[in-house]
Amino acid sequence: MRIACPWCGPRPLSEFTYGGDAAKTRPKAPEAAGLETWMDYVYLRKNPAGRHREYWHHGSGCRCWLIVTRDTVTHEIEHVALAAPQMREGKK
Amino acid sequence: MSRQSHRLPEGGLVERSRALRFTFDGRALTGHPGDTLASALLANGVHLTGRGFKYHRPRGIYTAGPEEPNALVTLGRGGRSEPNVPATTIELFDGLEARSQNRWPSLGFDLMAVTSALKPFFPAGFYYKTFMWPRAFWYRLYEPIIRRAAGLGRLADAPDPDRYEHGHLHADVLVAGAGPAGLVAAREAARAGARVLLVDERAEPGGHLADEQLEIDGKGGAAWAGAVAGELGGMENVRILARTSVFGRYDGMTFGALERVSDHLGETGGLPRQRFWTIHAKQFICAAGAIERPLIFANNDRPGIMLAGAARSYLNRYGVLPGREVLVFTNNDDAYLTARDLARAGAAVAVVDTREKAAGAEMLPASVDVHYGHAIIDTGGRKHVHSAIIAPLNGDAGHIGGQPRRCDLICISGGWNPTTHLLSHLGRKPAWDNAIAAYTMPDPGEGAHVAGGAAGIFDLGSALSDAAGAGRNAAGACGFRARGKAILPALEGTQAYGVTPLWRLPQELSSGAKSFVDLQNDVTVCDLELAQREGFGHADQAKRYTTLGMATDQGKLSNVNALGILAELQGRTLDETGTTTFRPLYSAVALGALAGQRRAGEFAPVRYSAMQDWHEKHGAVFTQAGLWMRPYYYPRGGEDFAAAVNREVTAVRTRVGMVDVSTLGKIELKGPDAGAFLDRLYTGGFSKMKIGRARYGVMLREDAMVFDDGTVSRLAENHYFITVTTANAAAVMRHMEFCHQVHWSKLDVQFCSVSEAWSAMAVAGPESRDVLSSVVEGLNLSNEAFPVLSVGEGTIGGAFARVFRISFSGELAYEVYTPAGHGAGVWQAIFEAGRSSGLTPYGTEAMTVMRTEKGHVAGPELDGRTTAGDLGLGRMMSAKKDYVGRWLAMREGLEGANRLQLVGLRPVGEEGSFVKGAHLVTDPRATGPDASQGHVTSAVHSPTCDGFIALALLKDGRARMGERLFAVSPLHGEEVEVEVTDPVFVDPQGERMRV
Ligand SMILES: [Zn+2]
Repeated sequence: MRIACPWCGPRPLSEFTYGGDAAKTRPKAPEAAGLETWMDYVYLRKNPAGRHREYWHHGSGCRCWLIVTRDTVTHEIEHVALAAPQMREGKK
Repeated sequence: MSRQSHRLPEGGLVERSRALRFTFDGRALTGHPGDTLASALLANGVHLTGRGFKYHRPRGIYTAGPEEPNALVTLGRGGRSEPNVPATTIELFDGLEARSQNRWPSLGFDLMAVTSALKPFFPAGFYYKTFMWPRAFWYRLYEPIIRRAAGLGRLADAPDPDRYEHGHLHADVLVAGAGPAGLVAAREAARAGARVLLVDERAEPGGHLADEQLEIDGKGGAAWAGAVAGELGGMENVRILARTSVFGRYDGMTFGALERVSDHLGETGGLPRQRFWTIHAKQFICAAGAIERPLIFANNDRPGIMLAGAARSYLNRYGVLPGREVLVFTNNDDAYLTARDLARAGAAVAVVDTREKAAGAEMLPASVDVHYGHAIIDTGGRKHVHSAIIAPLNGDAGHIGGQPRRCDLICISGGWNPTTHLLSHLGRKPAWDNAIAAYTMPDPGEGAHVAGGAAGIFDLGSALSDAAGAGRNAAGACGFRARGKAILPALEGTQAYGVTPLWRLPQELSSGAKSFVDLQNDVTVCDLELAQREGFGHADQAKRYTTLGMATDQGKLSNVNALGILAELQGRTLDETGTTTFRPLYSAVALGALAGQRRAGEFAPVRYSAMQDWHEKHGAVFTQAGLWMRPYYYPRGGEDFAAAVNREVTAVRTRVGMVDVSTLGKIELKGPDAGAFLDRLYTGGFSKMKIGRARYGVMLREDAMVFDDGTVSRLAENHYFITVTTANAAAVMRHMEFCHQVHWSKLDVQFCSVSEAWSAMAVAGPESRDVLSSVVEGLNLSNEAFPVLSVGEGTIGGAFARVFRISFSGELAYEVYTPAGHGAGVWQAIFEAGRSSGLTPYGTEAMTVMRTEKGHVAGPELDGRTTAGDLGLGRMMSAKKDYVGRWLAMREGLEGANRLQLVGLRPVGEEGSFVKGAHLVTDPRATGPDASQGHVTSAVHSPTCDGFIALALLKDGRARMGERLFAVSPLHGEEVEVEVTDPVFVDPQGERMRV
């Protein structure tokens, strides 16, 4: 598998580290969120056979966290974006 | 030179003027350049090369390629010994040593062949059924017998002395197979301008062309292939890799290939033995050709029985006549070429064709008889076939035991299977094609093309025009438009192909003797019938039940025949049954090649601090900490480990010592929000910390478990410096980047790992201030000017030094950081300054002893299951801010009496010692996981306490001070009575570091 990093271009899997489900967002109001919301954020993951948005870290490259949209069955990568919103703006 | 009894005086590609000496089972033989081990053995009349897997029946060379199921040999000796190599793929070199396998005591006389008489021991499903029997039977009786009887070669018993390399290759178009189709496809793609990588497992291009008597563009097949390869080799956008097998296709147009760089040379001559290539392509053309299928009949496994195409290959490519009285047994027209060529070479040939007529017969010389509608139903000859029984297919059982016909070679052909494995590796299923009675891949999927025999096109003319199209399409998909017409050669001597499948002989023509479907795993027609009867007839179940197709050849010869038999038994078509799943690897890859350069010292990089030379000169014994080499202790004179560590600890506790802490992870942060960012990473707050101050910090994971610890210091208003543990340095950096980029990207902070940029050393002990003061310039180290947790800057010997008053040992101590280029100089300067104080260098073990004496947690306590509260760090958790891990720390189960909490342990009595990992129990005789109340995490001998001490995690530990327990480690046979204590053994008030 290769991931087309927006900064570095297509690079081999060995340069990246997996970072889990990108659908999960850290609660914006952490104190008000409540235990259930926190448990959901930290522990509960879907395990889809198919399209999945997930974090990948380009540790041996630009060190950016990426959001990769990948098919978990075919490993086909549909889309790659920088995780940090303002970096995204800077890039494109 | 010994005479090669079966070498013809002319023909083939071998270089007869040069002899190559080799041995097989110690017997000295000769062959020629251009030979494989198999062709050289056959040239010497040697067919018998091994014994079957289960029944130890004599087996011979069956094919002329990597699909070989029988002729597996062990090459070389010692560390270079390599088992299970198909003799058909080994290029002969002078001095080659090969040994047969799976026989004892010798190939000719094998004691285990008696298992042939023990057939009831080995029915299909044997392993499953046997596991049902009493366990004791399995371990004591059956397993030893099976281990002895089964198995192929033996592994080398010494390290592999050869070198292997890994590399990446990129191409627009990857063409797998440099047969006629691959050459034409590659040429068309390259002419269009695409960057082409042409890969073939053989030494020379042309695929099967050299096996055939035909003309292309007025040349022999091999000469034409050589000319085209030469033309391609001259193009800048083409790379040809010979002796290279594409063994797997992976996600995203990535392919694995193995190049045999020097295997054929005998000696590597400084070259790597093999190269493991990762190939990245935009388009893929599978031109891997086709593999012939056997026909199945009783005793079809005797030496002297081989595939018809293989016999033709030995004759035409190697100039070897593998037999003189030949029966060709076929259900298709291709085998007629074998009959014709062998007859032309002087053999007495007869054809047995299961069909009623054959177009191929027209090409035969008059001397060749054809028995239409007949089959070979049995054979005779123990170590070499000497006869066959031929019967009409529509006849009756009377023929069994009929008159045998003499022969010394039986060539069989059950049709051809396109080699589509690489197209199936990602899960795509082939489809059954009735016209050629084989599975093909009509839709190879996006980015993939299939050409030639691999596409099921067995007529060379059609195959080449189709391949040209594939080459142009592949280039076109990469944006390269072909100009002009495709270049196609003129052909002579090719013929049409027809086949009528025959999966097994009718029941009445089966003698009851074994009819092998999978020769490598010794699976017979009976085994498949049994699997079907017992309800395991589905292709995937039958495979596992009988082990068919699970040997090293991965069923290249047997799978389709087995599917045909199963389909017949089920009354279904092969389209309905489908195939089993093809997975990489297509051909075997040595573990050494997978490892590549990553072995022994090169397995991972080794990191040294800037003071490494000094440590070596001063006799340090080193230990590995992650990738780092660190001084473990510095023995003096005849000191052992314990004596050296005790001395080092005592020196720090009474005078002064120095330890290299350069391996700590170091990160600098800058920006107006650096403090706010740190507040969210650590349990404590740092945005309000004064400039010039440092503090201990704990990081949690979001699930509230302790992640890492270290120090945070503020160097300027918007400038922080943190240290993290050696082991976690990379993970902490990644975590910080995640927090910044994903959670809090609006914070204006930048940070960078500076671990390698700084050397660091801790100077610790009551005299550390005196030593440092005498060498540091520009920094007042007095207690008043520079109290505990101060940070300041100065110079040492002219080099910049950042000094922190931080103590890990519990003594008055300083950490000195200097740019790595000055590390060795600054270390030496401090060492010189400390001479009069007896400054003692100490290693990681003394450091561990002292941190244990102080109850400081480290790696063994930060095991990913401990919370800050468990470790007695609960007071460091701020209640005033949001930070990673805060919110789940309050959940049920992470608090209360059931938690394992950090405690200290001392033995009851004088001599007790501990083992790390020992369990804490109330009753030493209690067993089972419930008996454990906790475990010892760090255990050391403390010279300061004059005995063993330990840190442990104990259920409700803080409430159990003074309680007596047992530390037991059944693994080490240790059992010690212990008393639970406070985890801080030395200077509990922390006064010594403040003086
Ligand atoms: Zn990148």
